[in-house]
Amino acid sequence: MFGKLTWAAIPFNQPIPLAAGGVVLVVILGVVAWVVLAGHLPYLWREWITSVDHKRIGVMYTLLACVMLLRGFSDAIMMRAQQAVAFHSQGFLPPEHYNQIFSAHGTIMIFFVAMPFVIGLMNLVVPLQLGVRDVAFPTLNSVGFWLTATGALLVNVSLVVGEFARTGWLPYPPLSELTYSPGVGVDYYLWSLQISGVGTLVAGINLVTTVLKIRTRGMSYMRMPMFCWTTLASNLLIVAAFPILTATLAMLILDRYLGFHFFTNDGGGNVMMFMNLIWAWGHPEVYILVLPAFGIFSEVVSTFSGKPLFGYRSMVLATMAICVISFMVWLHHFFTMGAGPDVNAIFGIASMIIAVPTGVKIYNWLFTMFAGRIRFTTPMMWSIGFMVTFILGGLTGVLVAVPPADFLLHNSLFLVAHFHNVIIGGVLFGAFAGYTYWFPKAFGFRLHEGWGIASFWFWLIGFYVAFMPLYAVGFLGMTRRMQHYDVAAWKPWLDIASIGAGLILAGIICQIVQLVVSIRDREALRDTTGDPWDGRSLEWATASPPPVFNFAVMPDVTGEDAYWAMKRRARVEGAKEPEYKPIEMPRNSPTGFVCAFFATFVGFAMIWHIWWIVILGLIGAYATFVVFAWRDHDEYEIPADEVARLDRANLAARRELVTEAGSA
Amino acid sequence: MAAGALAHGHDADVIGLDAVHHGPAPKRIVTGFGFWIFLLSDMVMFSCFFAAYAVLLGQTAGGPSGAQLFNLGNVAIETGCLLLSSFACGMASIAAEERSHRWFQIAMAVTCVLGLAFLAIEFREFADLVARGAGPSRSAFLSAFFTLVGCHGLHVSAGILWLLTMMAQVFAKGFRADILRRLLCFALFWHALDIIWVAVFSVVYLLGSAV
Repeated sequence: MFGKLTWAAIPFNQPIPLAAGGVVLVVILGVVAWVVLAGHLPYLWREWITSVDHKRIGVMYTLLACVMLLRGFSDAIMMRAQQAVAFHSQGFLPPEHYNQIFSAHGTIMIFFVAMPFVIGLMNLVVPLQLGVRDVAFPTLNSVGFWLTATGALLVNVSLVVGEFARTGWLPYPPLSELTYSPGVGVDYYLWSLQISGVGTLVAGINLVTTVLKIRTRGMSYMRMPMFCWTTLASNLLIVAAFPILTATLAMLILDRYLGFHFFTNDGGGNVMMFMNLIWAWGHPEVYILVLPAFGIFSEVVSTFSGKPLFGYRSMVLATMAICVISFMVWLHHFFTMGAGPDVNAIFGIASMIIAVPTGVKIYNWLFTMFAGRIRFTTPMMWSIGFMVTFILGGLTGVLVAVPPADFLLHNSLFLVAHFHNVIIGGVLFGAFAGYTYWFPKAFGFRLHEGWGIASFWFWLIGFYVAFMPLYAVGFLGMTRRMQHYDVAAWKPWLDIASIGAGLILAGIICQIVQLVVSIRDREALRDTTGDPWDGRSLEWATASPPPVFNFAVMPDVTGEDAYWAMKRRARVEGAKEPEYKPIEMPRNSPTGFVCAFFATFVGFAMIWHIWWIVILGLIGAYATFVVFAWRDHDEYEIPADEVARLDRANLAARRELVTEAGSA
Repeated sequence: MAAGALAHGHDADVIGLDAVHHGPAPKRIVTGFGFWIFLLSDMVMFSCFFAAYAVLLGQTAGGPSGAQLFNLGNVAIETGCLLLSSFACGMASIAAEERSHRWFQIAMAVTCVLGLAFLAIEFREFADLVARGAGPSRSAFLSAFFTLVGCHGLHVSAGILWLLTMMAQVFAKGFRADILRRLLCFALFWHALDIIWVAVFSVVYLLGSAV
């Protein structure tokens, strides 16, 4: 009846996951109870859960990322604590639990923190920057988000029902095959990533189509803000790379469920095929994450330097070059696995070449700042912190791209330090910069500066204290993923690293306090005009938060930095009132939520081999498809009067500011 | 407008990047374009299974090889069914352009029957292989074969579900703009499956028989 699922799946004998799971469960139940009792459920359902508004979906993606960051960071701090105490001892985490923790940490941080964070920001901002009313496929957008949420949910369910994979964030066979991993851990990994992978693919198709086909009048390619370009590059990579992940994980699923022989030791299976396939996805994935961050830095640096982005065309070229070359370097992840010197040399050189366009970008940002009027706000601080940190991470990357050096450093903590150096210093700092920069656009009030700056310094210093020692122990020969060790020379470095993790914790606490304080003081931090930073691109041309239709009249773009030009023109000519027309917008739809509901059951039942639920879930999914296809009215009209009322209010606020500035 | 483009653009217009942009594309273009992007991603997925097949082709683990298993006559009939169904699908598109309910339903029904015939032959082939002890768990070669061909078969099955849904939709709602957009996507999907089948036929069966 319930397949492999029995009461034995609940880890009653392991206090740590049970307590952690218990706390999470209590928090979730508490939030749900509060929502229901306070009568917020209809509002949540109407305005958020069924919303197909790209801004709302972007906010939900980002919220998911922030919550999962807490989960992923709890794993991190447990690992740092374990390695600080596990010298000549077993520490407090038994090996089977420690292995689950580093696997969950990597999986969560990449798939459920970094990915939803950048996809959320792209969703929120790109249609606004392009001057349009929505993405290409609003309902699919909601489906994509909810499927990602399903994946995150399944990973967290594994905390209390069964176990998670012990195979690392990429389940290398033959360890991940049924012979060596007979439990449900790898299955949790596989199904949560298959389901959220579909969500990511949908988001990728949607954003590619949006950037290429839905831009306002005059917004030709070479006038798009840099963030739109990096969004395009990143989503092209999603469309080209995520199917590889889907295919590879499907092969592993077939091996595990139906006795196929893709990657097994017997029957003619080929383990190296897994390495090649997974990294043919995995390396582009790195750029999927970091390219949007590059776009965010471009926007932030240009805005807070009060200058157009330096070398716009070279920046576009560098972005697209990275997009292409990122598919040609995957083998550097396994130089040591017997490809031979010729192949290694080619991939080593390709890996160094990709550093060139990245270097071009760094110079462009520096020259944008040069002779600018720089305002050192929180987003700008994250950007400068990024430039310093990312150069360091990039250089250690070039170092491990040298095959002979890689033979010494492969799988050492040097490598761990390197990729945290680029992912924290690049992606995460970028996400935080974007979060602070666009928060007022999404919610209508700014985040508190003081707490933001404090969080930045804790994160920056914490990062260096946590990861520089890992470079050192890497040189001292410490390999990654060690549950305990008995080399005395490593111990002091790992102690320092755990202090760094503590500092990062302080940074996260500052961010939570910042959010609470900002919500409390929201009236004082209110952004009345919609343009709190004196911005340059079109998202600042509408109110904060923008009305559901984004722009009362779709803007007409005449050059780069479209909004900057509009502001200059308005100062000379004064703004004329446009002619308002009624606007058609897509209706909200529960399709995404219902799809994810069935996907959750199908995924869970697949993991536990409960076939009847799988069949019911698939029937439900098809029924959802048919019901959605049968809808008759998927749009509603906002009358011209209403459009005019909302737009006049915003224009009045802006005019007031201009007059104030004029009288001062 | 052509004169204007000539007058003020030598550098940028020539490389096609700063051409005059007129605003968002119409819905039909957007839908079709997005679906093309999906099809491309689907082809990337298929290309992984093709690569796996190419890598594992010789890995028979002492079991039967392609030359011993494949019945090319059978495959030729399958191919005929699928290509003809694509032709019928094209006829359905023309009937939809002409707003002819009768011919649309007839052409779609023919597409459906030919697709089902294809699936039936494929299913018989699979069942026969399994019965002869040459199932997917026999060797890595057979794993790759069943996965690649089976994945195409799953796509055809999903396509038939979609096809039936479209017939019902046109019957119930007529040739509305949104339904015509979906028909466009369905036709693209069905023809794409043909292209993939041509690759399956060449790589799996023709090259596979040679090993």
